Amino acid sequence: MIDKRMAHPADAVRDVSDGATILIGGFGEAGSPIELIHALIDHGAKHLTIVNNNTGSGQIGLAALIQNRQVSKMICSYPRTANSMVFPELYRSGQIELELVPQGTLAERIRCGGAGIPAFYTATSVGTPLQEGKELREFEGRRYVMERGLQADFALIKAKRADRHGNLLYNKTARNFSPIMCMAATTTVVQAGQIVGLGEIDPEHVVTPGIFVDRVVEVSTPAQESRLVKEGVCYP
Amino acid sequence: MLPMTAAKHEQQGWSRAEMAQRAALDIPDGSYVNLGIGMPELVAQFVPEGREVIYHAENGLLGIGPDPAPEDIDPDLINAGKKAVTAIPGAAYFHHADSFSMIRGGHIDICVLGAMQISKDGDLANWSTGAPDAIPAVGGAMDLVAGVRTIFVLTRHTTKTGEPKIVDACTFPLTGQGVVDRIYTNLAVLEFVEEGLKLLELAPGVDFDFVQQHTGVRLIRGPQLSEVSP
Repeated sequence: MIDKRMAHPADAVRDVSDGATILIGGFGEAGSPIELIHALIDHGAKHLTIVNNNTGSGQIGLAALIQNRQVSKMICSYPRTANSMVFPELYRSGQIELELVPQGTLAERIRCGGAGIPAFYTATSVGTPLQEGKELREFEGRRYVMERGLQADFALIKAKRADRHGNLLYNKTARNFSPIMCMAATTTVVQAGQIVGLGEIDPEHVVTPGIFVDRVVEVSTPAQESRLVKEGVCYP
Repeated sequence: MLPMTAAKHEQQGWSRAEMAQRAALDIPDGSYVNLGIGMPELVAQFVPEGREVIYHAENGLLGIGPDPAPEDIDPDLINAGKKAVTAIPGAAYFHHADSFSMIRGGHIDICVLGAMQISKDGDLANWSTGAPDAIPAVGGAMDLVAGVRTIFVLTRHTTKTGEPKIVDACTFPLTGQGVVDRIYTNLAVLEFVEEGLKLLELAPGVDFDFVQQHTGVRLIRGPQLSEVSP
């Protein structure tokens, strides 16, 4: 029997080891798996490389993970956000590494990582500082830069609905990076607002097929990042 | 002439809204359009009646609707600037790899972006000053200029200190090389053509020499300065 359900976020991240690379879903607060990130803070794994479009806000979720000094390196496209103080301070004082990747290149690197494609060529960043050190090649008279697929040890994902096989649905633009991140991690951990019975998600509507998911935890009333930031909440 | 009044504030030429309105006139019916953060977002308000235009948010939405009422704000429904939006009937949600396939694959017709500098060859710099203490952040700007077929730049003609933004060569880090098609400023509408940068249209109360004085590139005089050439 296949049953990917777990009782608590803590169980779902218990085997994250120091030095792990972790894909974290979300674009700003939309789709950010705050409860899983907080479980990772409680767990305490260090020297992590985190892949996310941003670097969190306030002192909760991803920003709190960074503030807790568990992150050595961020791979992201836009580390500047409203209410984002933690990352800029550590970055300016040289205490955290940044690999800046154009947003679409980041998405395609993750997609390729999950699809077994080690590298690809894109016109994005050609002739800019972000092309430096990368192989260039010409196709049909246009220059392209080679980018590498990106794989990770874990993915932490927020979904709207899941079943015990790990089939997932998302909510609106909270989908963002999550479906491709599910594909690119050795172990994909999902917090879902609701876990439903098999067949209750119409196969025509499944966004992430369960084959890409390893663990599912129900978090029925997930925290809302902007509300926590507004209330000045700090984690832990 | 365009249905526009002279700017009310001290700035010469078109106001921000009028610049956005001018750019909107050049978006054909049926276009799929990506609007950058800030002033480009205003363009959506001015698309002429009778044209259906679909707006793309690169975080995963085709069909951005009007701003939500405060009670309708949904933190899971945002645009690329992380602002709450709505979705029109007929909208679609999708993941980031699909969203950037729309961009990189040439499916988005027009992108309207802001600029820090534009060079005589149509190079664009709009993501970083390159200052040593700046936190570099690029987002989707490089993907958009590399992938979208037509790039409109919407920007004030000069910097806050009055320096030209259209320059011989960009000094800020580039977003892309030779990517800009048209520039809409408070002073003029300009287009990159084979021979260089052509001035197509002047804002009210502005003449060719004035625009040339505030531009770091030698301009080509368009044939019909007072007419809109779509």
